[in-house]
Amino acid sequence: MTAVYKRELKSYLTSMVGYLFIFFVLIVTGIYFSAYQLAAAYPKFEYTLSALTFIFLIGVPILSMRVLAEERKQKTDQLLLTAPVSVGNIVMGKYLALVTVYAIPVLIMCAYPLIMSKFGAVSFASSYTAILGFFLLGCANLAIGVFMSALTESQVVAAVLTFVLLFAFYMMGGISSFFSQTSVSTCIAFGLLIVAAAIIIYVMIKNVFISVITGVLGEAVLAVIYFVKPSVFEGGIQKILEVFDLSGHFSNFTNSMLDITGIVYFLSVIAVCLFLTIQSIQKRRWN
Amino acid sequence: MIEVTNLVKRYGDHTAVDHLSFRIEKGKIYGFLGPNGAGKSTTMNMITGYIASTEGKVVIDGHDILEEPEEAKKCIGYLPEQPPLYFDMTVLEYMKFVADLKKIPRKERESMIEEVMDMVKITDMKNRLIKNLSKGYRQRVGLAQAILGYPEVIILDEPTVGLDPKQIIEIRSLIKELKKKHTVILSSHILSEVSAVCDYVLIISHGRLVASDTPDNLSRLAEGSNTLNMLVKGEKELIETGIKSIDKVKETEIGFNEEEGAWNVSVSTEEQEDIREEVFLKMAELHCPILEMKSKKVSLEEIFLELTESEKNEETNHDSSL
Repeated sequence: MTAVYKRELKSYLTSMVGYLFIFFVLIVTGIYFSAYQLAAAYPKFEYTLSALTFIFLIGVPILSMRVLAEERKQKTDQLLLTAPVSVGNIVMGKYLALVTVYAIPVLIMCAYPLIMSKFGAVSFASSYTAILGFFLLGCANLAIGVFMSALTESQVVAAVLTFVLLFAFYMMGGISSFFSQTSVSTCIAFGLLIVAAAIIIYVMIKNVFISVITGVLGEAVLAVIYFVKPSVFEGGIQKILEVFDLSGHFSNFTNSMLDITGIVYFLSVIAVCLFLTIQSIQKRRWN
Repeated sequence: MIEVTNLVKRYGDHTAVDHLSFRIEKGKIYGFLGPNGAGKSTTMNMITGYIASTEGKVVIDGHDILEEPEEAKKCIGYLPEQPPLYFDMTVLEYMKFVADLKKIPRKERESMIEEVMDMVKITDMKNRLIKNLSKGYRQRVGLAQAILGYPEVIILDEPTVGLDPKQIIEIRSLIKELKKKHTVILSSHILSEVSAVCDYVLIISHGRLVASDTPDNLSRLAEGSNTLNMLVKGEKELIETGIKSIDKVKETEIGFNEEEGAWNVSVSTEEQEDIREEVFLKMAELHCPILEMKSKKVSLEEIFLELTESEKNEETNHDSSL
């Protein structure tokens, strides 16, 4: 793992990509810092950070697009996968290298509250809580980027996929309010999802029997739940979409709250994405 | 050392490797020979654990590649068809990275890297970026990567592709050097290479093993009998009876050659026997002068063509019968 980590980190710090990312994060932070803290003399650094979450939409694809896609394209994955190292260690090494590059601008950000404290009262606790949340949010976004990069051997496709996905997640708070909250419509929406799932299963394994059984069974369970206790469905769509709302989970950190559920949430997103990355690499070997 | 049993790889409906079984013994050079698309690279990728097999087993030094991948991979150095190089690293950095990856103990690392770089003659290039190296040097760096750590088995997929003749000879002699300490498996579609380097040849066609033996045995096998082609002047009956009177002769064929005004005679013998002298003396006795005499030796090329062609014919026959 350390071999992959060291190589990856070095490659980011000897090429332009790493510096481009650091430059981008720092300059946007600087602009917002000047606007909120210097010009408007607002004492809360959290506020700046909460306005900054959009930088991941551009920064993360830049950083993560090549991480696995390039290995595949240059066939260097043959070296890694035939070396006595497990796939999990390879993915971990690469991910930690990305996190390290991302940690550089975050560490520099840690200086901002100190600078501010020279000119007035600043709550360090809430500032650094927000920075921790911001760091975790970035790590979760990077994990999504790593997963997307594992799916394709084209950097461009990986970058676009990452951007689209992160953008959808970024907008999730707004999107979910479009959906109706009544139990009838939620139940119908779930019903359609089950049909879609059955079709996907059919396309993937080409077995009419299993897909029909899955579909019928799913719909039956749904109907039973609906007739027994329709209130379960109220606001169901929103609850599900909330899982994808990354920046929404960050908002507690900006409100001076060390949100344990938020920390657990981000760590889970990272774990799921890295797990899926490992699985997609393994699966490709079996095809 | 390596035991491959019933290895199968299917891509959808296409079977790339079809029930391949063989054993690799220690201290020999093995050659995979086959036309393009025969499944050589796929087989090597499966042995090294880069891709998984659909069916079958690969056991390396007692370790199953799918069950104990790390143990098994420790015994193998692999140079794929396209050397897996990072263009943004210098040769030395790359070697250090590979040493790290292969978990070579820190104490031995420096000296081993130097030794291997000397072996493949890239020491002069050690501070150059890999992206600035020529194809031949890249191939050598790839080879150095495979040798590093001195694994028991070194697997080379078309190691001489894209090299100039001088480099090819160098690499070949290097491979022969490696035999002293390692087992080497290499693949090639170039016959002369395989017959020049390998102790044992595995001919693969359409994912199946069609022949496996030493190069010498293979040519002997394909010969079946020794053939002698001659141009003889004289009467047909006389020549025929004369030749048939020689014990070891199995078959004779005679046809008139109008250009020369003589008979084309081809004689095949039972075994690996040399009957040239006897034929000469007999013909001299009968006053039928021999104008030309050639002993025909079957080259590996012909065996290769014969084996891979017959395979193809079988397949077309099979298709038409469906």
